[in-house]
Amino acid sequence: MTRSVNLAISGQAGQGIATVESLLTKALKRSGLNVFASREYMSRVRGGINSTAIRVSSQPVHAFEDRIDILIPLSDEAIPHLQHRMTNNTLVIGEKAFLSMDLLLSFISIEVPFTELAKEIGSILYSNIIALGVISSIFKVERQILHDLIEFTFLKKGDKVIQPNKSAINKGYEIGAELEDKYEILKKFYMNKNPEIKNDLILDGTESIALGAIAGGVQYECFYPMAPSTGIGTFLAQQASKFGLIVDMSEDEISVINKALGASYAGARSLVTTSGGGFSLMTEAISLAGMLELPIVVVVGQRPGPATGMPTRTTQEDLRLVLHAGAGFFPRIIFAPGCIEDSFYLTQKAFDLAQKYQVPVFILTDQYLVDSYYNLPFLNLDSLKNEKFIVKTDKDYQRFKFTKSGISPRGIPGYGEGLVAADSHTHTEAGMISEDPEIREKSVEKRLKKLKLIKDASIPPEFIGDANKIKYQIVSWGSTYYIIKEALDKINRSDIGFLHFSQVYPIHESTKDYLKKAKINIMVEQNPTGQFANLIENEIHIQIDKKILKYSGYTLSVEDIVAQITDAINGGN
Amino acid sequence: MSDNFDKDVKIHWCPGCGNYSALRIVKESLTELKFEPKDIVIVSGIGQAGKFPHFMTANFYNGLHGRYLSTALGVKAANPNLEVIAISGDGCTLSEGGNHFLHTIRYNPNITNLISNNSVYGLTKGQASPTSMLGFKTKVQTFGVINEPFNSPAVAISLNASFVARAFVGDIEETKNILKQAIQHKGYALIDMLSPCVSFNKVNTFKWYKENSYYLEDSHNPLDQSEAMKVALNLRKLALGVIYKNPSRPTYEENIQIYNSDSRPLFARDLDKNKLEKLVNTFR
Ligand SMILES: Cc1ncc(C[n+]2csc(CCOP(=O)(O)OP(=O)(O)O)c2C)c(N)n1
Repeated sequence: MTRSVNLAISGQAGQGIATVESLLTKALKRSGLNVFASREYMSRVRGGINSTAIRVSSQPVHAFEDRIDILIPLSDEAIPHLQHRMTNNTLVIGEKAFLSMDLLLSFISIEVPFTELAKEIGSILYSNIIALGVISSIFKVERQILHDLIEFTFLKKGDKVIQPNKSAINKGYEIGAELEDKYEILKKFYMNKNPEIKNDLILDGTESIALGAIAGGVQYECFYPMAPSTGIGTFLAQQASKFGLIVDMSEDEISVINKALGASYAGARSLVTTSGGGFSLMTEAISLAGMLELPIVVVVGQRPGPATGMPTRTTQEDLRLVLHAGAGFFPRIIFAPGCIEDSFYLTQKAFDLAQKYQVPVFILTDQYLVDSYYNLPFLNLDSLKNEKFIVKTDKDYQRFKFTKSGISPRGIPGYGEGLVAADSHTHTEAGMISEDPEIREKSVEKRLKKLKLIKDASIPPEFIGDANKIKYQIVSWGSTYYIIKEALDKINRSDIGFLHFSQVYPIHESTKDYLKKAKINIMVEQNPTGQFANLIENEIHIQIDKKILKYSGYTLSVEDIVAQITDAINGGN
Repeated sequence: MSDNFDKDVKIHWCPGCGNYSALRIVKESLTELKFEPKDIVIVSGIGQAGKFPHFMTANFYNGLHGRYLSTALGVKAANPNLEVIAISGDGCTLSEGGNHFLHTIRYNPNITNLISNNSVYGLTKGQASPTSMLGFKTKVQTFGVINEPFNSPAVAISLNASFVARAFVGDIEETKNILKQAIQHKGYALIDMLSPCVSFNKVNTFKWYKENSYYLEDSHNPLDQSEAMKVALNLRKLALGVIYKNPSRPTYEENIQIYNSDSRPLFARDLDKNKLEKLVNTFR
């Protein structure tokens, strides 16, 4: 079973928690410790109360746990905010002002006057960096790693910034050493290091999706800022010149999708990134993509709705929206990456499938996935082909030729001798408006054929467990993958299996057999109605026996799943 | 004369519709400018005017109601070598697509935008459009239009559009002359093209447009924004010709960094795997 030390840092927006988080996770990893981090924050720029959770372990860690072992409070709201995740054994290291809580809560506290010490170095700004030094020292990270990171991070700002930050780190190490002499408890945080992971990658969901898009050959990214997807556009904008891609922050989501489809018509690999609200504005054009058979990749970062909802919180409640968006029937593909690696590979794959089948491909993410990260050894780039799926047209070219497979060779304007039509009406093979019932039927059948092809090429669900022994089967999709996996490791029962879907539509034909193997299938989803359970019921007419649904806007934790699965199973006996 | 761009199809417009002349004007202008159909992409929205590309030979993208300017911008961004003519009705452009109209002007892509302006909704059978005159009565606007008409040239000038003109399809030669200037202009070129609807607009007829318009004198200085604005604001007497021009604005495509070092359209490019590998490795 995975043993980890769970560290939390909590303070107001604008206090620099993100910087500490980024430096600390890198430092821990470079010293040979596995890390997992996830963030929860309010939808505001200053103030409020946010926190980041970092799990540190000798073994790989990929999921969120509630329990906090060490807390660094950076504001007096930190402890009240996180007390439900603290225990008698939680160690709190911080300023006196943030410790002396009038709470019915006991914990172990160590007072460190970070602000005072920072002032001695020259500015209260360094207090976070001193804290960073203290934690690094507790985990026995070589000091040089921190110095290197500081140098790299503040390279552009020069020695004036680098030197005091280094002094702050040193101060932190000094205090760390003193504390270790004084407090026996700190010894229990010692963990074996694994030098092999020092060179691992460390990526969050946003970065992984953006890298996956680049790997998929993205050439045109259009977006309008909306949490939790804004980061992808930002990332790609910063890489635009290097990779020769266009990133356009447009006037609204309707223009976003229509521009991206225009670019796709002209041959670009197009991407749009948005969230449920913004995606709602795109739905008419999504059906246009269906009619024009234009490749497009659409990333929808889910956030709790309806309407503005909770912009920075997490959910899995836009599956239905994405599944049904757009008038009329047309084929589509929906992916829901379960982890950081999947975020990369599936995004890359989404581009290929969009071009190959000339359909919209969706990637459903959520705040939990895009804002969490962990170390992983590598991303495999060897198999990248990025076939173009574009033909040079001849004089008689017809864009919507009826073919056996349903796929018409895709020409683009300005490449070849032919002319390329795109018509939002029902159209002939040449793309001319038509109200002929035979043309309509053939066009619908063309779309049905493509759906069949897509279905045959679906990604099967991943099954974990012993198929011959299972009585219970946990079913889930998207970002809950590792949370459930770790919970099941903890429960450690051979009669419970796990079936996870990273492609949620169309679902793979093996689904039926998998579901039939278990006596009781238990769906875990973060929405109030069990959207994926309903999808399964609609598609293959198998009723899911139980549902574990969370819809607080805050992610499921390993502990949540352990408790709820145990409950569901005991209640079901 | 316009043989290359002709298409052997039945045209869906009502007999006498201004769009017939508009079609001839577009086809002849392109031929006279020595374009080939494969160089051209006609992008349109939905409406009677939106059907335009079905009646001529060229690449085309007949997209959604109101969204054609966004489409046109996307096409142009992905392949700046294509000559893009964006055409649709006044309802499509200024009502459903109002936001895109404003913002496309700000981007300044090198496209030609023809608003086939009949001051009524043709395809949906006669409701008031954003350019209908105050008091214009319809089956829906039973007491007459109460909303101030949308003055597209004035709005465009206020946004420093790089080319703003008005034309009347009743004058084929003059309109061709304006259209050719618009096509040759580098940047977004708007033509508010007055085009009577013989079925649903009994006010703004061929005769009405003739009587209520005039050609700008040679003395008009289209480079002067305030003078141009003054001309555009006058909806009593509609000025025809090039009202405003700002040749100094860079186009959107020129502003797209990646074309400075490499002029190839996007589809002709490939992913540089080595660069990706390097980028991935920065996360170690
Ligand atoms: C989203 C959407 N809303 C409404 C319509 C129905 N519709 C089609 S054309 C049109 C207005 C046509 O007026 P205009 O754009 O002025 O073009 P005209 O037919 O006069 O050339 C409307 C409302 C539509 N196709 N799509």
